[in-house]
Amino acid sequence: MQMARSGTATRPNISIPEKIPIALTVNGIATQLAVAPWTTLLDALRDHLDLTGTKKGCDHGQCGACTVLVDGRRINSCLTLAVMQDGTNVTTIEGLAADGVLHPLQQAFIDHDAFQCGYCTPGQICSAAGLIAEGNAKSADEIRELMSGNICRCGAYPNIVAAIQQAMGQS
Amino acid sequence: MINFEYARANSADAISQIAGDPTAKFIAGGTNLIDLMKEDVERPSRLIDISKLPLKAVEEMPEGGLRIGALVPNSDLAYHPLVAQRYPILASAILAGASAQLRNMASTGGNLLQRTRCYYFYDTATPCNKREPGSGCSAIGGLNRMHAILGTSDACIATHPSDMCVALAALDAKVHVAGPAGTRAIALVNFHRLPGDTPERDTNLAPNEIVTAVELPVPGFAANYTYLKIRDRLSYAFALVSVAAALELEGGAIKEARLALGGVAHKPWRDSSAEAALRGEAVNPTTFSHAADLVLRDAKGLEHNAFKIDLARRAIVRALTQAAAGTPQSQSNKKIR
Repeated sequence: MQMARSGTATRPNISIPEKIPIALTVNGIATQLAVAPWTTLLDALRDHLDLTGTKKGCDHGQCGACTVLVDGRRINSCLTLAVMQDGTNVTTIEGLAADGVLHPLQQAFIDHDAFQCGYCTPGQICSAAGLIAEGNAKSADEIRELMSGNICRCGAYPNIVAAIQQAMGQS
Repeated sequence: MINFEYARANSADAISQIAGDPTAKFIAGGTNLIDLMKEDVERPSRLIDISKLPLKAVEEMPEGGLRIGALVPNSDLAYHPLVAQRYPILASAILAGASAQLRNMASTGGNLLQRTRCYYFYDTATPCNKREPGSGCSAIGGLNRMHAILGTSDACIATHPSDMCVALAALDAKVHVAGPAGTRAIALVNFHRLPGDTPERDTNLAPNEIVTAVELPVPGFAANYTYLKIRDRLSYAFALVSVAAALELEGGAIKEARLALGGVAHKPWRDSSAEAALRGEAVNPTTFSHAADLVLRDAKGLEHNAFKIDLARRAIVRALTQAAAGTPQSQSNKKIR
């Protein structure tokens, strides 16, 4: 028997709501799409817009693989609904390079071999772009602390910190 | 995730929207609620999106305090110049919690209302009195290393996970709320509840009320404070024990003392008798140890969390020492001095 749950004890059966039209600017391109309310921004990017550079790791905000920039701020795209981001400006890993030239962070990650399997890398780079824009990290300790929302199970952390320091020096 | 309806609130109708539907929930930052919905712990039929309501200002009060809008993101609050200057203990506590991405999303009001991270609360295959009242507590006889040592009940030993709220408790913050009957203010120390026999109720906020702001009174303890957080990893982990200590010193003696603990109870834990025992005393280890003993006089350990009693005692003494010396714990260099 289903027991009562706090706060939502008498949840009625609801019909599947209509998809909701939203407008996002993704990597500089104005984009219209219609999503079910429960579609996360991550799923909208990957499944509706075929932008699969942003990765789904834990899907619970614990690993950082899904990190994107919304209006220039880094967030976990798995923990926000696409409908809540209507009207925003989203930048994913696909949007960082300009005119065929790698973003300084992308180049720095290559220069410092800051990955092994690469699965966390798009999130690491988007997070680092947010970190540099925030301007609150100067020392290696501060970079490590403010990048702690991005897990690298291959353990490339020393090289990631070195790559970020290189990119910071250029910005 | 389950299916649900979605509506955007405007300031005029947010309260009536929620009041009309007990199965609806407000969503702001979403960092905790969406996670719980993915785990099937929260099952709202409708989400009312309040994230665009005009509650994002940090304003100076006429008499000198600060009023923080409920939708101010945690990161904006931590780095706000007035918070950094006047209430650095709050900035430090916020930066000790979560990750940069989550702090960019999570709201002030949502931080207050986040739910416990007790693994049994999250695991719908196990009994949990907080999730399913009357079903039992799996943590009491189960894995309880992260759980509470103060103010527990036979029904629940969950902890409140917030760092921010521990600093707010020490600062004597007030929570402003609005509901169908109007507005009211609740002292932060009375906002969260002890579990008792109703652990399903985390706070004294009524189901149809909304947090609108958090107010800080003038004393900010900017000279002598610390937020010391002890956890299993150096970053991005919930507290085993955390201590917010704030002192006002006068000629080597303690004029005013605030002491709040996180990770040890169902709410940020403040003990007025320990603070009274510090007032008027000299700054020394004996004074601090005595205060720690008072805070922990009724502490009760279970199979896996009894270590927290000694850990908390030492963390309190260390935090008071850091605060008195004017050397607050760094949240980037984690070496504890």
